[in-house]
Amino acid sequence: MRWTKYLIWLAAAGAFYALTLVLSNAGFISRFMLMTMVQICIYIIMALGLNLITGFTGQLSIGHAGFMSIGAYAAGFLASTYGARVSAALTEALGAAAGGAVYYIFILATLAAGALVAAAFGVLLGLPTLRLRGDYLAIATIGFGEIVRIVLLNTKALGASSGLPVKYSVGWTTAFWLMLLSVVLIYNFVNSSHGRACISIRENEIAAETMGINTTKYKVMAFALGAGLAGLAGGIYANHMYLIHPNSFNFLKSFEILVMVVLGGLGSITGCILGAVVMTVMNNALSAFPEMRMIVISVLLVVMMIFRPNGLMGTTELRLPFRRKAAGGKEDVTHGL
Amino acid sequence: MLELENVHVYYGAIHALKGIAFRVDEGEIVTLIGSNGAGKSTTLNTISGLLRPKEGAMTYLGKDLTAAGAPDIVRMKLSHVPEGRRIFANMTVRENLDLGAYQRRDAQGIKADIAHVFELFPRLWERRAQVAGTLSGGEQQMLAIGRAIMSQPRLLLLDEPSMGLAPILVQQIFDIIRAINREGTTILLVEQNARMALSVADRAYVLETGRIVLSGSAGELMNSPEVSKAYLGGR
Repeated sequence: MRWTKYLIWLAAAGAFYALTLVLSNAGFISRFMLMTMVQICIYIIMALGLNLITGFTGQLSIGHAGFMSIGAYAAGFLASTYGARVSAALTEALGAAAGGAVYYIFILATLAAGALVAAAFGVLLGLPTLRLRGDYLAIATIGFGEIVRIVLLNTKALGASSGLPVKYSVGWTTAFWLMLLSVVLIYNFVNSSHGRACISIRENEIAAETMGINTTKYKVMAFALGAGLAGLAGGIYANHMYLIHPNSFNFLKSFEILVMVVLGGLGSITGCILGAVVMTVMNNALSAFPEMRMIVISVLLVVMMIFRPNGLMGTTELRLPFRRKAAGGKEDVTHGL
Repeated sequence: MLELENVHVYYGAIHALKGIAFRVDEGEIVTLIGSNGAGKSTTLNTISGLLRPKEGAMTYLGKDLTAAGAPDIVRMKLSHVPEGRRIFANMTVRENLDLGAYQRRDAQGIKADIAHVFELFPRLWERRAQVAGTLSGGEQQMLAIGRAIMSQPRLLLLDEPSMGLAPILVQQIFDIIRAINREGTTILLVEQNARMALSVADRAYVLETGRIVLSGSAGELMNSPEVSKAYLGGR
């Protein structure tokens, strides 16, 4: 049952991916559209991470761009410092074709490194600040995001205020499959006993504790995983955008991610994917009128608050129809009276 | 089974428990009674590891509780039904019970215990797929108790199970507390409803502003002039 479901999803994803390739080769998808699609993938990964922290575990964090910039700079620094040398050495040793393939693995490794560094910062930030609740945690995370930005702005080795140039090496293919991998990761985490522990913390922290759930551990775990995904998204961003600059990871960026998650529905995976798609498409469609953009987003949020106060999806998920039957059948098992 | 000695607990500068000492023996129902702010809930929260004592000793089944965290204490088979029920409002009844068994890995045993909870509380079986936040107050209290016994406690801490319930429901909840006790679970009960608590308990302690001022068998306290004046509205 479980595997057939996975295969259906995988086939659907593969078909969608093949379609995009055919369409872009035929010229129906412009370069601008393809870039928007990569950005959608980046923001879906970001939103998934924040949704785990804020939507499922209930810890309000507004410093997500900070983790993104840490991942972007870690991956970007590795790629820009060692990339040329690694690429030259590989081409010499293995020839152009095989060398290029191995170089791609190197790039993936820099992305993984970016994610790991960001996750480590997630733990570092999480351990002291998760004693704070609600508003206080939010303020501490804003502070963290700003500190990261200011430090990067003043670090000469990372380009300081002129930014860090990174060679383009990640495109639609990598972004799409990494996004899919993140969705699978979060889906499985949330539906495991770890995920249920996180949700029980959101629902009622004291009750969770009296159930014997180690609340600190799960809050830090959610923070680390969420930060790691933000770092991964940052790494994709760095390797796709040619140049990264500390100010593109400012407070407004953190807030944008939060809006995606809230818009889609806190605690819904499909919801935050939807939120990321809607927000990114809208941002890019309105990029010629930056002032209008903020107005449109505000109006959208107000309309949402009136008609869908729990976000587009609430805490529910879009599901394939056959899943519901399976859940219904399981119910009777406990009736052993 | 459980023994507290000279336990002091502070909330910041506030000295909430001023050297509490009492014990609970295997198989008993012991109740702590007292008015608002006497420190009853604080005592339970300290035993179950939600709060830490600043001074004093707590032993449970020969093990030290003062340094153990809440998850360890649940593992020692001590379970706490916190004040105000605190069910997981957006989860179904069934999911709430599943979380009660969070630390257990024996799927068969869990299934049997869920069936047992439904036997104790037939109302919960009717509502098993319903989101817990939509239950009535009494049903939520039943769920909170059912969830706590899913961890197979040997000692169950109950914090004001009668709070905000209609008299007939209070009676029902206390019948169930007796039933759980007869099955071999020791119970430490905190109550404002002193008459009800004394009627089910074997022994009782009276708390006043962080100190134990009276103790004895439930029958003795029921007839003691101080208690009946202060808590039972007697003449």
